[in-house]
Amino acid sequence: MAPYQPSQAELDRRKIVGINAETVTDVTSTDYPGHYTGEDHSWDKNQFEDNFQVKMYKNEPLESSFSLIGIDAAVSNAFRRIMIAEIPSVAIEKVFVQNNTSIIQDEVLAHRLGLIPLKGGKEGLLEFLKWYEKPADGEPGFSVDNNTILLELKVECTRNETAAKGETDPLKAYHNAHVYAKDIVFKPFGSQERYFRDENTIRPTNPDILIAKLRPGQEINLEMHAIKGVGSDHAKYSPVATASYRLMPTITILKPILGKDAEKFARCFPRGVIGLETVTKKDAAKKGSGYEGHEGEVKAVVKDPMKDTVSRECLRHEEFEGKVKLGRIRDHFIFLVESVGQWDGDELFIESVKILRHKCETLKRSLTNMVR
Amino acid sequence: MSREAYQVPIAVPTPGRDSFQTGISVEGPAINYLCGDCNAKVPLKRGDPIRCKECGHRVLYKERTKRMVQFEAR
Repeated sequence: MAPYQPSQAELDRRKIVGINAETVTDVTSTDYPGHYTGEDHSWDKNQFEDNFQVKMYKNEPLESSFSLIGIDAAVSNAFRRIMIAEIPSVAIEKVFVQNNTSIIQDEVLAHRLGLIPLKGGKEGLLEFLKWYEKPADGEPGFSVDNNTILLELKVECTRNETAAKGETDPLKAYHNAHVYAKDIVFKPFGSQERYFRDENTIRPTNPDILIAKLRPGQEINLEMHAIKGVGSDHAKYSPVATASYRLMPTITILKPILGKDAEKFARCFPRGVIGLETVTKKDAAKKGSGYEGHEGEVKAVVKDPMKDTVSRECLRHEEFEGKVKLGRIRDHFIFLVESVGQWDGDELFIESVKILRHKCETLKRSLTNMVR
Repeated sequence: MSREAYQVPIAVPTPGRDSFQTGISVEGPAINYLCGDCNAKVPLKRGDPIRCKECGHRVLYKERTKRMVQFEAR
């Protein structure tokens, strides 16, 4: 018996997560074998290729937004988690304090330094720089030019003799009253000069991060070692500020919303979600549409459901009861990836695909080994 | 009168902050301390009174070590 093929409308209906005033329905996906009797839901590569879509909304160095449509939550969540915890990036790992007479304690200072995002030449960071092998307890580490980046911070606070008498602003009265991330100096050694020169030099992404405040006579003099790491080890190695997704909202107007109600309805949503249009002759002529005799009045139409925050405000008002249905599309993931600077926004997603692929290949290889 | 009568103990200076003044001062290298009030450097030898020479404050702090200290940036 040939498998039963449900209509496209039915398939689309199954994809909707229902959102009611106080409950959420149909959360789990049902498109797997055995859920619907007589239907074939086995995973098929060609079918996936035909249905899968990627839409790019925003692609800036520090922020990218895109949609993955027609993919399972497990896979898109894997991409999200890989972007957060498994894409490598460089961060300060060791701090060698020669002198620190500021009021901020050595260990706190070291922690703050570790959290400063760094950037630099892509070729050097991705190809040249290798993993630093963590030594066993008590053993000395093995730092060479292709696994460690040497940085230095040397600041001394002094009185500004040229400042006006009675100056109360510490920034004017003293030199180096504030220590910023831009005071960190990159010290290339070995063949690092070749990869991290001029605009490729290793430097903080945000030069104006305040590290410490000093007063005359205080100084900070330290060296730092930055190494490559992953976010699962420590959040400072995470290349993203946020990597998150949400499901595409749907708003279905079941019965016409007209006049003053339409304006109120539009105000229940963020700006741009609901548009106001006048009922045309054609609308009014259509029997059973609910627009009969309302020609020229204002009606509410759904313009851009993606902008909706799904606040459910419209479900709180009696006048809209039964006129609107809210939902989300279960396989439409709107990603927002914010980079901290070492990677470009779009590179992060591509890299997460690469890592997931690599993991699958490893699994496949060990499976064949197991069977053998 | 019994010979084993109570005898008033001879005053022995209890080792304390100011007892160094009366004790035998042993020459040693002067170590710099920092005054807790005026932050002046106060070189002290063994036996010196613990007191800032500038302002007379009695709380002195040790100077920070000259050695390098390593930390993990975590």
